[in-house]
Amino acid sequence: MLTHDPQPSATAEDVPRKIASPDSAAYLATEAKVHISQVTPEGAATLAGSAFGALGLVWVLYERVLPFSGVLGFWLMWYAVFLLMYAAMARMQWDAREVSHKVALVAFTTGGVLAVTIVLGQVLFVVARGLQDALHVAMWTQSMAFASPLSPLSVGGVLHAIVGTLEQIGLGTLFSVPLGLLAATFLAEVGGKLARPTRTIVEAMTALPDVIAGLFVYALFILTLGMQKSGLAASLALAITMMPIVARASEVVIRLVPGTLREASYALGSSQWRTVLNVVLPTARAGLATAVVLAMARGIGETAPVLVVSGVTKEFNFNPLSGPQVSLPLYIWEYAHIEAVNATIVTRAFGGAVALIVVVLLLFALARRLGGAAPGELTRRQRRRLARHGARA
Amino acid sequence: MAVALTPGQPPATTEDKPRVIVAPVAFGDKVFRGILRSAGLAVFLITGLILVFLIFRAATALRAMGFGFFTTSTWFISTNQFGIAAILPLGIIAALFALVIAVPVGIATAVFISEYAPPRLRRALIALMDLMAAVPSIIVALFAVFFLMPRILGFDAWLSHHMAFIPFFRFRLPNYGSYYANATFIAAVAVSLLVIPIVASLSRQVFSQAPQGEREAAYALGSTRWGMIRTVVLPYGRSGMIGASMLGLGRALGETIVMSFILNPSFVFNYHVLESGGNSITVMIANHFFVAGAKEISALMAGGLVLFVMTLIVNTFAAMIINRSRSGATASAD
Repeated sequence: MLTHDPQPSATAEDVPRKIASPDSAAYLATEAKVHISQVTPEGAATLAGSAFGALGLVWVLYERVLPFSGVLGFWLMWYAVFLLMYAAMARMQWDAREVSHKVALVAFTTGGVLAVTIVLGQVLFVVARGLQDALHVAMWTQSMAFASPLSPLSVGGVLHAIVGTLEQIGLGTLFSVPLGLLAATFLAEVGGKLARPTRTIVEAMTALPDVIAGLFVYALFILTLGMQKSGLAASLALAITMMPIVARASEVVIRLVPGTLREASYALGSSQWRTVLNVVLPTARAGLATAVVLAMARGIGETAPVLVVSGVTKEFNFNPLSGPQVSLPLYIWEYAHIEAVNATIVTRAFGGAVALIVVVLLLFALARRLGGAAPGELTRRQRRRLARHGARA
Repeated sequence: MAVALTPGQPPATTEDKPRVIVAPVAFGDKVFRGILRSAGLAVFLITGLILVFLIFRAATALRAMGFGFFTTSTWFISTNQFGIAAILPLGIIAALFALVIAVPVGIATAVFISEYAPPRLRRALIALMDLMAAVPSIIVALFAVFFLMPRILGFDAWLSHHMAFIPFFRFRLPNYGSYYANATFIAAVAVSLLVIPIVASLSRQVFSQAPQGEREAAYALGSTRWGMIRTVVLPYGRSGMIGASMLGLGRALGETIVMSFILNPSFVFNYHVLESGGNSITVMIANHFFVAGAKEISALMAGGLVLFVMTLIVNTFAAMIINRSRSGATASAD
């Protein structure tokens, strides 16, 4: 960690500088590259020493002297003692500002690493538990229609839930993306008095309780308009949770389009709507695609809105307009929470979770692929086409 | 008076008035702006519709209970003894505890990504943070119930034995594992996993906007990196951090799946978070909606209404704070 650090540290002792005196002719001749590195033997030894020292001290105190127990408590205490020891050992060698810098560096780095570990950890745990089911071909090719709670894992699967998830997220995207994109274009391109409150509401809606969207769809479409519990109702609920996410992410992307492009378009005499449709949105295309796919990835995992309005079934239902249609999150909810009568059923829930993670990761990879380019940056294919045209001209 | 006029020049008599420039808007642009503006209005319309229909469907329950809905803590639908006096504060306590864990970790992660991470890793870390925000809450719920819960019980016992001087950590039940399980504290830890990415990604955005000139000025004055972060980045991002924490609170208040997986619903208000129990409006909705009759659905709608209004207020304040902090940093269109 921390190999290339652009900032010179406050003290000179621990920074090896390979510079000859600037006056010498040799310096001008060789142009020695200044290499600044913060990883020094002293630094690494201090870090390792305090880590092991803290481990030893905490073990003695925690296990032998004080009446404590519990693994998590042990490591929390180890971390506190480690930071204290590191600060003390650093203070013996460096001045106070340097010490605060080093302690902050260690604290923030461990915090970041911890967060990363947690993300990877929870996904890996769920995948590891779910592989038992996911390795059966039946999971990917069957519904639960002919599986009883006592059936082995080789019978029954999640394909019906995958179908439901894909249909619901497709319809939800269809409903939410046009409105979200229009709202984002309004915020970024038109502005005016209405823009600020709209942006505030959009931002507030992104963190709205997802179950509220389900309640609303239930109140309006099912109780008032007499619709059935169905995949369509679920997709409407998903659309309400996805729309603000699309709008907010797209606005950020549209804002990144350089103003000079717009001005060039206006200078050529085009109107605002032509500028937006022909210059701004195409320039931001990659980012907009990312925004949409991110919203889809968020929408796919939503359980609470679907829970209220879609109904549960064990069978295939390809028609989102009528009858209950189960989706992956709801399948997991059903087997891990409501019907979790034995270990096999719970394993089925984990299998559904593997399918869900696969779908989310696929969407996420797609988003990174689409959105790798900043606005205006060309894809490989666009560069090739440009080169071809250039050669012909 | 640094500038002296040449003596022969006559004094300016006519007052300088800026010419008012009116650019005629083409018909096509008027239509275009009208469409976009109506999309903006549609956002308000949806929010308004949610409010109207929740009130409409909650009316039965609210009429039956009146103000008693807010002062009753039991949930007996048929005898008209139901309310959110215990459920609502139980949910709020869980959300606040989730925030106590998520805000420091989230902000530390944001500082790490925007200031300490090697530039080559930064893009990957930002993607990972986005991914963390996209981890479905049902996956977190599985992780929390089947991995976290069995392992955290020992820590719970440790807290109750050694930290009992904090009133929240007092434990009055027998010292068995099952009395620690399904508690508010465990739900709060799990919900914090969902709040950390929100706090981290919003604060990171604000931190990365801290002006480069001021950062370099701090270094030029001989500051270490931590000194620069403390005096430039953190003060600059203060309102962003507050806004991000409030949005995180909104998320925690509305979390449904994780809470209903973990909690063992109780109807007595209890701020001892280590004791088995806990509840929230979202848990009630998730657990009861399938089996509810018309009147109970109305009661759940009323609970949803309270939750909606509460989170809308919290989130709107948060968004206002974030937008104010942002408007100075980037040239905005309005």
